[in-house]
Amino acid sequence: MSDASSAQTDERPAKPRPAPIPDHDSAPYWKALHEGRLLVQKCLDCNEFQLYPRDRCLACRGPVAFVEASGRGTIYSFTVIRQNYARPFRDWIPYVVALVDLEEGPRLMSNLVECDPDAVQVGMAVEARFEVVSDDAGIALFAPAK
Amino acid sequence: MSKGRGDGRRAVIVGVATSDYPRLPEMSEHAVHGQAADRALADAGLTMADVDGFASTGFFPMYATGVAEYLGLHPTYYDETNAGGASFEVLVEHAAYAIECGAAEVVLITYGSIQLSQMGRRLGTGGGGGAGFAPGPAIYDALWGNTLVGSYALAARRHMHQFGTTPEQLASVAVTMRQHAASNPQAQEREPITVQDVVGSRLVADPLHKLDCCVISDGGGACVVTTAERAADLRKAPIYLLGAAHSTTHHMNISAMPDLTVSPAAQCGPLAFARAGVRPADIDVAQLYDSFTITVVLTVEDLGFCKKGEGGAFVENGGLGLGGHLPTNTDGGGLSACHPGMRGMFLIVEAVRQLRGEGGATQVPEAKIAVAHGTGGMLSTGATLILGNEEP
Repeated sequence: MSDASSAQTDERPAKPRPAPIPDHDSAPYWKALHEGRLLVQKCLDCNEFQLYPRDRCLACRGPVAFVEASGRGTIYSFTVIRQNYARPFRDWIPYVVALVDLEEGPRLMSNLVECDPDAVQVGMAVEARFEVVSDDAGIALFAPAK
Repeated sequence: MSKGRGDGRRAVIVGVATSDYPRLPEMSEHAVHGQAADRALADAGLTMADVDGFASTGFFPMYATGVAEYLGLHPTYYDETNAGGASFEVLVEHAAYAIECGAAEVVLITYGSIQLSQMGRRLGTGGGGGAGFAPGPAIYDALWGNTLVGSYALAARRHMHQFGTTPEQLASVAVTMRQHAASNPQAQEREPITVQDVVGSRLVADPLHKLDCCVISDGGGACVVTTAERAADLRKAPIYLLGAAHSTTHHMNISAMPDLTVSPAAQCGPLAFARAGVRPADIDVAQLYDSFTITVVLTVEDLGFCKKGEGGAFVENGGLGLGGHLPTNTDGGGLSACHPGMRGMFLIVEAVRQLRGEGGATQVPEAKIAVAHGTGGMLSTGATLILGNEEP
């Protein structure tokens, strides 16, 4: 079976990280990340926070607005991916996929960077790192909190 | 399923079959459906001419319509609900409702896949890791190179963190399934394995090892649902659908799953038991979706066979073996026997065989009540069937 070893023999140019295609719900979220800001949605009726961006509050179906998040959170769970044939991911193996609980409450998926995959722990404090991935979108990666 | 509804029509399963498996390089996907359908109808003592309802599902819209076309069927009831691995439990439940309300007499439900021959060994463990396919909200989890295995690994990691579940406890699920597979001549993997073999196999997505993951197979199956009245004239004694229910926790975004340690079985399991009027302690044999070892641990907890967090202790030391607390996946399961992508049909076939006493070397003595529970997506969907061999 080909796994990490085949990445080294793959002579094609490295494929870039995939970029999201913003839609009506998500465009402000991706645009803010492009500018280095992580947004969450807050309900104008019940004050609940949520991700991913939707047209309504998940708790009370009320109207929502984007607010800036601190970018700090903790690892709810994680895995170290050691097999993935899809490019560009196979070039990154091993890498950490983590579910991060933000200080404000919402949970999101991301990659943990600046960290030895074998040193990751559930509950670890992390903070956002921003990366531009297209003309209208950025993403939030996470690293151990300084 | 429910006593006294309508004119008293009661849905029963009268025919089941698996196709050849686990390697079918010389069959088309549709021919796998056909082979399973022929065998299930023959098992029941029926023919295609008796079929007025048809259900199947696959990865394309109008999939069941296409299979019906291939088989030459023109059903007046059809269903192609897709709940991933839980699909066939849902299709049986729907068929039972259709039969009980008089919308159908004989519903044929088929599954077929040549995933192994078509895709090689690349799909199951590494697939689902690309971002290009993700429409709408699926993008939020698709950017990070997570895989299908990775999603179940996230659940396993969280379960370990919260409850102290160990890799060895997870591994014991795979060991027991392999023991059962040794008695199944068709099983894809039959060589005995130990807990050390599982935890010593390479990590695919921490903490899940290669042997924590199901095999990748070709294969299919079929079942026939009709009324108890019709069953009286057929070849085999009917198997009664005592209760059924299904539920969801999220779709493809496992980041949207409220609690990674609580699967959809926590909702549909108790509902199905209540509808059947039985308790987990009444179950003689279980067929539980085993895409990964963690799937089984979550399912035994959520169906109520043990308390939340105690699944690791429940499954270890042969807890799921013949003579254990809950004999499970007596055909060897998806971990060893056959997993063509949506394994739910195999759970139904094996549950019915056990309740008929056709279980062979892994027959659970005097099995009267069985549970078949499918899990689909990334712990996204669950569907529970409670089956019995005595009229309720």
